[in-house]
Amino acid sequence: MAAASAVADQPKFFTALFSRRAVLIALVIFVVLVLLCVFAPLIAPADPAKMSVRARLTAPGADYLLGADAFGRDVFSRLLYAGRVSLSIGLGVAAVSSAIGIVIGLMAGFFRRLDAPMSRLVDAMMAFPDILLAIALVSILGGSIVNVVIALSIVYAPRIARIVRASTLVIRELPYVEAAVSLGSSTFFIMTTHVLRNILSPIIVQATFIFAYAMLAEAGLSFLGVGIDPSTPSWGTMINEGRQYIDQAAFLIFFPGIAISIAVLSLQLIGDGLRDALDPRLSKDL
Amino acid sequence: MARYILKRILGMFIVIFLVLTIAFLIVRLAPGDPAALMLGPEATPEETAALRTELGLDRPIVVQYFTFVVNAAQGDLGTSLFFRQPVTQVLAARAEPTIFLALFSLVFALVIATPIGIYAAYRRGSFLDQSAISTAMLAASIPSFWTGLMFQRYLATDLGLFPASGYGGPDASFIERMGYLILPSIVLGIVNSALILRFTRASMLDILGEDYIRTARSKGMGEPRVVLRHALKNAAIPIITVIGLTFALLVSGAVVTERVFNIPGMGNLVVSAVLRRDYPVIQGALIVVASLYVLINLVTDLLYLTVDKRVRY
Repeated sequence: MAAASAVADQPKFFTALFSRRAVLIALVIFVVLVLLCVFAPLIAPADPAKMSVRARLTAPGADYLLGADAFGRDVFSRLLYAGRVSLSIGLGVAAVSSAIGIVIGLMAGFFRRLDAPMSRLVDAMMAFPDILLAIALVSILGGSIVNVVIALSIVYAPRIARIVRASTLVIRELPYVEAAVSLGSSTFFIMTTHVLRNILSPIIVQATFIFAYAMLAEAGLSFLGVGIDPSTPSWGTMINEGRQYIDQAAFLIFFPGIAISIAVLSLQLIGDGLRDALDPRLSKDL
Repeated sequence: MARYILKRILGMFIVIFLVLTIAFLIVRLAPGDPAALMLGPEATPEETAALRTELGLDRPIVVQYFTFVVNAAQGDLGTSLFFRQPVTQVLAARAEPTIFLALFSLVFALVIATPIGIYAAYRRGSFLDQSAISTAMLAASIPSFWTGLMFQRYLATDLGLFPASGYGGPDASFIERMGYLILPSIVLGIVNSALILRFTRASMLDILGEDYIRTARSKGMGEPRVVLRHALKNAAIPIITVIGLTFALLVSGAVVTERVFNIPGMGNLVVSAVLRRDYPVIQGALIVVASLYVLINLVTDLLYLTVDKRVRY
């Protein structure tokens, strides 16, 4: 309901979304960050893999804007390319976990017999702390970008499933669903057209937060050395690499950490703004 | 009420049973032979076959699953491939630093976040309220290992205010060992205070709008008494819930924080187990932590009954 009407009534939606200036600023910052990473080949001053022995651990300055790492590679250029990996993983996890969560949640909410077993399964999945479960899954699947996305999607899908189930239970009882059933619409059609369309708002809000959590989790996994291949630069692997030089060159850790924090903070602010704009019934104070 | 408690305890066992099933499946569903995966590429076929027999992987999967669940129910989580000791023993030997790290950071978070949360709600919309919320959101956006590394570099190495890493030598006294946990607890506490602050503020806001608060004020009761006696008491329920939920965050945070500060706790053990392919230890840690989480949440749910007399099941 909220999504359909809000999206149809776009000026109203954007007024609500940007009523808090912080949300507008966050969106601008996030878009700029994404553009910087997408257009990294055009913007980066140097090849992110090009090594230079003489530039080893150069402090930030005119030649190297954000300094050079232990192999003399330009930190700023690496940061832009690493951002592509970190942001893609975040987006990938948000999309895949939403897809899995929607299927599980719709089934649990729509078919009474499936509700109890699926809800208990979701409870059990949520009992595992996210990093711990992700570590276990990645250790079995092997460390690669795709496997990290799969592992984190399994970790976060129950959050979406819970929200979808709860909303489906409410919508299932509404007169228009009853009308659709009596008109002979197929269950699949009712679930996708009538139910899913009307519960999109909470899903979008939650997916935004998962985008942020997944970026933090990926950085954590990479820092622990159980994430993506260490030779692929992501913001997490950059911090892990820089760790042994922390006493001589703290900037190697400083900048990737700032990049993660900016991305995650702006996503959380956008998520908050979306929640207020799409679904005013949800608490503003949390 | 007794029926409700019984129902909840039964539900807890079902969830723990599912936790065991998931932990079992995670290792068994791995592509390829788990024994070969555990031994790594250098293993000879004979070694792999021997490990398969040792772990019972040559038996039908249903039998394996049944044995696994029955053993786990009896407190047997298998044997560590690296330490050649029961997993429960290996985990227990690493439990002390993790438990105290989690405890100290929870206390730190509560001491920081609850008063600020209450005050922010009380002065809703004020500058302090706005800054508290923004700071909490910022704290939740910064990777805890990054904060840990920065604090370690500047507060421990440069200023020498805290021990930089480790957990003392083998002869370190209990007090000395706890000294090593101060900085890590602050780092982990900062992350967790964000969630607690937001919850405290939100639940206080709900309560402060209630009729009985207005009544208390109108009969001339002093503000501190209104806020602390009337409001806080009723806001306690959501705050207890969030402490239960924080447990998962604390454990996730502990894994990373122990790695930063080189503390020989359970988190560090799990990461080393991944690098050593010691799957029984990973599986055991998953089961222990998830079961604790389920148990803690049951306890917090039951605490409602004592805190709020209106809650009747």
